[in-house]
Amino acid sequence: MLESYIKKRLAKKDILLMTHIVIGYPSLEDSLAMVKAMVEEGVDLMELQIPFSEPIADGPVILHANQESLARGTSVKKCLDFAEEVTSSFDIPFLFMTYYNILFKYGVDRFAEQMRTKNIKGAIVPDLPPEEGKDYIDAMKQNDLAPIYIFSPTTPKERMDYLASFGRGFIYCVARKGVTGLDTSFSDQLGTYLAQCREATSLPLALGFGVKDKDDVDFLKGKADIAVIGTQTIRLMEKDGIGAVRDFIANLNEGL
Amino acid sequence: MIDRGYYNGFGGAYLPEILVATFDELVEVYQQAKNDPNFWKEYTDLMSTYSCRPTPLTFAGNLTDHFKGARIYIKREDLNHTGAHKANNVMGQGLLVKRMKKTRVIAETGAGQHGVATATMAAKFGFECTIYMGEVDVERQRPNVFWMERLGAKVVPVTEGSRILKDAINEAFRDWVSNMDTTHYVLGTACGPHPFPEMVSWFQSIIGKEARKQILEREGKLPSRVYACVGGGSNAMGIFSGFLDDPVELVGVEAGGKGLASGQHASRLCSSDGSIGVAQGYKTYFLQNDDGQMKETHSIAAGLDYVGVSPILSNFKETGKARFEAATDKEVVEAMSLTMHKEGVIPALESAHGFVTAFKEAPEMKKDEIIIINQSGRGDKDIFTIADAFNDPEWRDFIIKKAEEYNA
Repeated sequence: MLESYIKKRLAKKDILLMTHIVIGYPSLEDSLAMVKAMVEEGVDLMELQIPFSEPIADGPVILHANQESLARGTSVKKCLDFAEEVTSSFDIPFLFMTYYNILFKYGVDRFAEQMRTKNIKGAIVPDLPPEEGKDYIDAMKQNDLAPIYIFSPTTPKERMDYLASFGRGFIYCVARKGVTGLDTSFSDQLGTYLAQCREATSLPLALGFGVKDKDDVDFLKGKADIAVIGTQTIRLMEKDGIGAVRDFIANLNEGL
Repeated sequence: MIDRGYYNGFGGAYLPEILVATFDELVEVYQQAKNDPNFWKEYTDLMSTYSCRPTPLTFAGNLTDHFKGARIYIKREDLNHTGAHKANNVMGQGLLVKRMKKTRVIAETGAGQHGVATATMAAKFGFECTIYMGEVDVERQRPNVFWMERLGAKVVPVTEGSRILKDAINEAFRDWVSNMDTTHYVLGTACGPHPFPEMVSWFQSIIGKEARKQILEREGKLPSRVYACVGGGSNAMGIFSGFLDDPVELVGVEAGGKGLASGQHASRLCSSDGSIGVAQGYKTYFLQNDDGQMKETHSIAAGLDYVGVSPILSNFKETGKARFEAATDKEVVEAMSLTMHKEGVIPALESAHGFVTAFKEAPEMKKDEIIIINQSGRGDKDIFTIADAFNDPEWRDFIIKKAEEYNA
């Protein structure tokens, strides 16, 4: 189970690292090389994003990666095959991240079954609040998968309780307003928000949106259980290649 | 959020968590306004003093004689301020923004009509204003960009995706998730997450309310059919709203582009290319592939060039409450030309889609039957687009000479 894996891992590390790739960007081969580099340098879990043509919660960098991947012919089938390949090659939990239309068109039940058979542990679907997601929640439960729910700084306490009641694995806390990949100020305010999140759930907390260096990860120690690095590794790969991503992750993981 | 705005399974509010609280606030303010009789009065007062409401219902006597069938009436939404029904929605939402005490508005625009309308509203009410517009549309709709900027709005070209209307909507959402404390997103059509489909239809229902009253005053009876073009669906919802409880057939006309068989169209409801999906926060018929990736659309009329459609109209399709047809680019130019020659009115290319189907059906109808066509916007202000659609050689020469002047 995802939650028990995270808790076991937290006995050895102050904070876990979760990274993200867009499947098929810039190519399936590069995606695989990214996963390999990240796992070898010690990331604890990973999000595999299935590209979608209308990714409204993503900022310019990930949006662009989605479009490029689709333009190069990445299909849902290829993403499922890719998932099977990485879960059989690397021994950390992998999650899907995508938008609801991908599941809806595939068939939510069928999609969840595929996740189970490909050994994917859970999913983050940012445009599917629990109110709209009964079929999804049921299918995830049936297949023993973790639906990851999201807290945001605008989420009131009662809604945090409500969301946590559907969540499994961990809760993904969005650090600030806005989309992925913009600056976040790692301040007392963020600490207060994370304390509120902690109060609302016994599930581990992941903090994402704007985590970009070692200082940010160090700041989160003791406040969150998982630091999520999304956009930053895509930027690095685009600028300096996969080797730079490897060095970056190694540096983040030092002393955790 | 309790009422999630479902219409027989279509609609809903598929929202990123960061926007849930903002939508809760919007739903509340909208409900208060709807239950407050003073609000509708304030709205109609505004529309009768700032725009041109009630807009006339014009009897098209020459077209009626020409087709020798049903009596043809045209509802003149083109006579609104800024030249289209868009003003109805924009001014209504502007009043809600005042109630929410927000100070900034953002909007998406395709052809630029909704952007210009929003810019006028922002100027009038003193709001800061940013308009998102696909880069492709910025290039082909320069006159509207000119007006938006003159009206004080900031126009942001969207360079991602297919760089058209749907991409402008995504970009407006991205702005909104960062700035919702000060900012309201004035969505331009009856699509998107609840409450937009219902709320935009409510503001646009002023069209149908007037049209029903006007036809009863003039003819003493109801029309047999009402025609409207369907892009996102707001002008259609507006005029249809007046006749939902009447024995009146509602006909929505989508963009047939280069023909349904060509695949180059924007017919989500009447072609077999549309299928149900969830994007941009709501469930409806979309033009998408088997994986759920949105397709490129085509229409001669930028305002109809959109992958989704109002969930309320998707429901109407399923239940048979309305009938949906397509008009091709070629038919649209012909219908527009005929309307100008016979009646001296100039429908927008979007609106002319409704005329195409009405003209096909009117001759088969009895002479004592009545039809109303919604002329959702005026064509004369889109002279660059329409001159291209008519392939007018003298206009072309004029532009070339004008360009030479600038180059000199």
